[in-house]
Amino acid sequence: MFFRKIALAASITALMSTSAIACEVNARVSIVGNEFPAIQSVGAGAQACSGAEITTNLTADHQKINLPGMQGNPAEYTSAIVANSSIVALMNEDVIRPLDDLVAKHGQALKKNQLITIDGKVMAVAFMANAQHLVYRADVLEKIGVEPPKTYEEMLAAAKMIRDQGLMENPVGGAYAAGWNLAQEFNNMFLGMGGSHFKPGTAEPNINTEAGVKTLEMMKALSGYMNPDFLTHDSNATNAEFRAGNVAIMNMWGSRAATLVTADGVPQDVVDGFAIAGPMTVGGGDTPASTLWWDGWTVAKNISDEEAEATFIAMMNGISPAMMESEEIRTQAVWLIDGYTPTDAAIGVFAAAGMNTIPYPMLPYMGLLHTALGNELADFMKGTESAEQALKDVEAAYIAAAKEKGFL
Amino acid sequence: MVGVLPPPSLFSKHLRKHSLMKHRTFFWFFFPTGMAMLLFIALPILSVVTQSLFTPHEAVLVTVETCTPFKCTEETAIDQEATAAIRAAEPLGRFVGLDIYFDRGHLAIIEVSEAWRARVSFADFLSKLNNLPFYRAIAFTLAFTFIVTPLVILMGLVIALAVNTLHAKLKGIVIFFSLLPFVITPLIGALVLFWMIDSRGILGNALQWLAGDPTLSLKASTGLMWISLMVYGVWHAAPFAFVIFYAGLQTLPMDQLEAAQIDGASRFQRLRYVIVPHLMPLVTFVALIQLMDNFRVFEPIVGFNASAHASSLSWAIFNDLGGETQQLSSAAATSVITIIGVAILLSPVLVRTWRDHKRKA
Repeated sequence: MFFRKIALAASITALMSTSAIACEVNARVSIVGNEFPAIQSVGAGAQACSGAEITTNLTADHQKINLPGMQGNPAEYTSAIVANSSIVALMNEDVIRPLDDLVAKHGQALKKNQLITIDGKVMAVAFMANAQHLVYRADVLEKIGVEPPKTYEEMLAAAKMIRDQGLMENPVGGAYAAGWNLAQEFNNMFLGMGGSHFKPGTAEPNINTEAGVKTLEMMKALSGYMNPDFLTHDSNATNAEFRAGNVAIMNMWGSRAATLVTADGVPQDVVDGFAIAGPMTVGGGDTPASTLWWDGWTVAKNISDEEAEATFIAMMNGISPAMMESEEIRTQAVWLIDGYTPTDAAIGVFAAAGMNTIPYPMLPYMGLLHTALGNELADFMKGTESAEQALKDVEAAYIAAAKEKGFL
Repeated sequence: MVGVLPPPSLFSKHLRKHSLMKHRTFFWFFFPTGMAMLLFIALPILSVVTQSLFTPHEAVLVTVETCTPFKCTEETAIDQEATAAIRAAEPLGRFVGLDIYFDRGHLAIIEVSEAWRARVSFADFLSKLNNLPFYRAIAFTLAFTFIVTPLVILMGLVIALAVNTLHAKLKGIVIFFSLLPFVITPLIGALVLFWMIDSRGILGNALQWLAGDPTLSLKASTGLMWISLMVYGVWHAAPFAFVIFYAGLQTLPMDQLEAAQIDGASRFQRLRYVIVPHLMPLVTFVALIQLMDNFRVFEPIVGFNASAHASSLSWAIFNDLGGETQQLSSAAATSVITIIGVAILLSPVLVRTWRDHKRKA
């Protein structure tokens, strides 16, 4: 561990010293974003610029503060690091600025697929891709003599074998915490079942369908092999269960899987058995039961042109191809940055992209449906309500919210 | 004091002048407080009420080409220019009156009346009511308030009486440790307990052993989760009641106690007829504060990740504001309902206090 920390410190120092020469800004830069290793690297890269004050506020609560922090004039944050779900809230309120002029001036290092273009205008610059995919214990699957599951049905069968043979009591892991996580697992499975969240071209919900019911039934079946507390387990708690050796198969974020077993105190058999594969399909479909994500940065609208330019320059430094020389940083994510060569940790996300996983919908009203799913599905998962009733409740809760926000 | 003063009629002129002076003094004395109340209480309430009567304009949607690292697709988005124009014309949004209060997320008038009409039994009606977010929240909020408040008062009293009998040298350290649950930030306190009652935590494991059931989990069932949250509520607030009561015990009328003792009053009788009546104003105070605090129960639900099993009005507000798309009007309506709820809850105590005050005057 000690040597790894020294190596990390050295690589960051090297990074800062190399980029400090090139990067010079002349106005305030203030960044808000989520908090995981890859984003911390981007923030550190941006802060390596000199000439003006560059601050970062990287927190898991970024979604609650980025919008209020950009609505003022001048905006508190000159840049928000977002994903395909969270850019929608900023677009809805019109607080981010088109970047075409700045891309032309300072964006030579960008590849075309990094530009998030909406209605012909570049609204964000993506730097990494993400997806949920299978993470498993190769040693445990070997013991029961099965291949890593390619479908959720195979996952269930494997879970049964692991339990029946007394290897683990609750071999399936899942971030099924009521709220955002549970809703996201529903989204994954629902898309895998061939569902689509809205009636085409409208904001009318379309989840109380056969695909919706089948989705819930599969989630319920899986939860039978999970820790009984699954409704309180978010990704962090699920990862802890895997690290502790209590879980053998789970669907996990690529951005978290990469560093899953590098924590202190993980038993050696977990470290040795840890393996990654692509996302699973479900119900005989071809579409993986997962969603594709990108993470990128935006520039606030309510700031001066100097600040916007300084922010763009600093953020470009935060995603500079020079960073890809560090093995430590390359492992943190599936980078879209020029010069990135995939590490072993990236195969899950690459497989997801290769299998035509559907990107998380970038619709103005998707956030409301996500919230409604997170609140109303718990009753079904607890067993106090039928699948049809739960889906009916989700639609009703969504419709009330969508009416309030003027979408219906 | 009244008896010492001369009859008012004799000094009416002087008195009037005097009272004028007093009004003026009183005005300047009260002015900062009044301004602060206006700024920090009246205006925010006014703003919340206004917010709850308006909703955002109808969204103007357009279909635009959206390109991401994965592919280009036709996606629906909000037409910013059109929306900006509508917003500039009516910055407050659409006036919807009480619509938000009556929608499914709040009082759910339509759903409730439907459930009432289609009811098979009263229990069936209640279970349908419990399926609506607002009523589910109010059920837990009220249960929490009316179970935790009396327990806090009782626990506080018991601890205060126990500590009061301790040797002077021990008191300091015992008081310090008894206060810790109240000193800890509520969210942190909730997290501490959350991990202790986890099925792999020290308390959760001990309970499994005691019950002889290795699959017992406090977090997996609604009933046990409610109990855990209430245990947290009592654990967190009992020290507050304890400190107040302990302070009250230091002012006990010793002569009365001694007289009671001489009259042959037992320990319990002294407690029942001397100590508790002496502490009664403090009990009212603690009850008042606790009713307000418990009605706003929030931190343990977040700390315990308990939203699958329990929600409260405050949690509903947090949830409205915490999603990727914020629902300000919905949160504002729930806030107004919470304010009304607190007012109703406190009214008996306030009316009683006011009556007492009048009687004494």
